[in-house]
Amino acid sequence: MNSVGEGCTELKREYDQCFNRWFAEKFLKGDRGEDPCTELFKKYQSCVQKAIKEKDIPIDGVEFMGPNKEKPAS
Amino acid sequence: MVKYFNCAASLKGTWDQVSQAFWQRYPNPYSNHVLTEDIIFREVTPDNRLISRRLLTKTSRVPRWAEKFLPGHMARKAYIIEDSVVDPQKRTTVSFTWNITHARLMSVQERCVYTVSLDNSNMTEVKREAWISSNLCGFSRAVQEFGLARFKSSVVKTMKGFEYVLARMQGETPTRTLAETATEKARETALAAKEKAKGLASHAQKKQYVAMKTLIPTGLNTSALEP
Repeated sequence: MNSVGEGCTELKREYDQCFNRWFAEKFLKGDRGEDPCTELFKKYQSCVQKAIKEKDIPIDGVEFMGPNKEKPAS
Repeated sequence: MVKYFNCAASLKGTWDQVSQAFWQRYPNPYSNHVLTEDIIFREVTPDNRLISRRLLTKTSRVPRWAEKFLPGHMARKAYIIEDSVVDPQKRTTVSFTWNITHARLMSVQERCVYTVSLDNSNMTEVKREAWISSNLCGFSRAVQEFGLARFKSSVVKTMKGFEYVLARMQGETPTRTLAETATEKARETALAAKEKAKGLASHAQKKQYVAMKTLIPTGLNTSALEP
């Protein structure tokens, strides 16, 4: 899947691959070793965060799970 | 005023499989409206839950006639945030998804909870809730109705996409046949035609609205004019 930053798609693909493997083989199994994808994530983030600024995508200050807080519990 | 919608469905796959598919959902044959996908935040909490924020760009899902209320360069795109918490101990994933652009025109907020099905541990239960609202003066009800109809059809696509990715992960050939693809195409064409007709009707209605607005003083409660 393409990244919002045209130049970030390859970095994203490499990170996704690493993440999917870690998620299935370590995280879901409760294995809390070192995250092997940290470096790939950093590289990918520096690219995509720049693209978000350039495109003025309004994510600044958006709280985690933001609007969920006003909703009744399911 | 907010429209509320909820539904529950099951996915064929263990909670672990569905959780993996959750991150590999795009692209799939039912996600043509998803243009880009990025993880823009991710962290494992001290109590071992994975929290993530995904940023999606989707083609704008507003009525044609409503596009004139959008800034030109943004008219065809909407940015969506999907925050999620995956808890492998409790085997629960919660996601909350909402649009961060065009929210005055139409705001769609969705919460999904994925849990192991009580009847069958090889199945995963998805509980979905949505809140749809609009602040567009005089048109809010029309936009909400439109939003709800669009949302319901997008839920079908989401679930089909999920099933497709799950089947592919489980090594099966996804069950989407050529015939189904053809039917889908025909349905989309029909839908587009219907949309166009609706657009024309609303356009006529809007003309009438504008005409009436010029006849009556501004600042009047226009709720009587809502369709």
